[in-house]
Amino acid sequence: MRTGRAAALALLVLLALGPGAALAAVPRTSLADVENEVMCTVCGVPLDLAREAPAAQRERALIAGLVAQGKTKSEIKDVLVATYGADVLSLPRDEGFDRAVYLVPIAAALALAAVLLVVLRRARRRRAPEPATPVAPLPPADARRLDDDLARFDG
Amino acid sequence: MRRAAVPAAVIALCAAVVALIVFGVAAKSPDTSLDQAVAAGDRPAAPAADRRLPALDGAGTKAIRDLRGKVVVLNFWASWCEPCRAEAPALERTQRKLAGAEGTVLGVDWNDAMPDARHFTRQYGITYPVVRDVGGKLAKAYGVTGLPETFVIDRDGRVAALQRFSVNERFLRHVLAPLTPPPA
Repeated sequence: MRTGRAAALALLVLLALGPGAALAAVPRTSLADVENEVMCTVCGVPLDLAREAPAAQRERALIAGLVAQGKTKSEIKDVLVATYGADVLSLPRDEGFDRAVYLVPIAAALALAAVLLVVLRRARRRRAPEPATPVAPLPPADARRLDDDLARFDG
Repeated sequence: MRRAAVPAAVIALCAAVVALIVFGVAAKSPDTSLDQAVAAGDRPAAPAADRRLPALDGAGTKAIRDLRGKVVVLNFWASWCEPCRAEAPALERTQRKLAGAEGTVLGVDWNDAMPDARHFTRQYGITYPVVRDVGGKLAKAYGVTGLPETFVIDRDGRVAALQRFSVNERFLRHVLAPLTPPPA
């Protein structure tokens, strides 16, 4: 009886606090999940590769604190950008010189395709058979003799 | 003519890739023009003097130009930087001396979490203004590659001296003496 009352009371308290309070302490992401998508801005390498640098350790501590607060990966990245600037993100921004990261491979692929197309077209043209040169008709006497020879073979 | 088109295109493509790499490397390389100018005895204008940065204490923004007419000891630091801890007391003592001579230390917190930076200023009793260089644009303008680094700016907004590692009171006294002559 007493156990049932306690359970009902706990349920009431949980309902009163709402689902947000119950979920707040539940981590939505992990340090490992975030640290391979952000940079140690001082070291210039991804954070998961910077083990010893004091700046990396502080950044890791900041992320761990935000994870413990139940923030999502996106929210944590927002805090990191506000703290360290946009360079903290591993993927370059789609602006300025950094745009070259996205544009150069596309341009290189297009240029390569164009060069290949030209080379293939040229190779095909080289391989095509030469048109047969017109042969002058045989003189009537030779033609007759050829027909006779062929008829003899056929026979 | 047409036979040369493909090699020419390939050469042009290679040249474009090389040019892009050179530009990328040059853009990421630290700027040492300030060091060269100061070493030559020039006083170049303080870079990015108009750039407004948020104050660490949350009280608005500050730009170097706001301090025109004062001698400014611009010090880049971060709470995780051990040499910054070592020089912090010397900078605070310098601030107390400069306060009476129309000068100030201006701390620039770089690549640092705000709670850590605030804890640092409390721990070392820092009274001089500190701004946050989020994204490191000011640091880049001064060619900062490591911490701490310090730049001494004269009353006309020109860089009179710089130190690419930690400073001590002797260095600060030496560079500040000609800039802050005692009142006649």
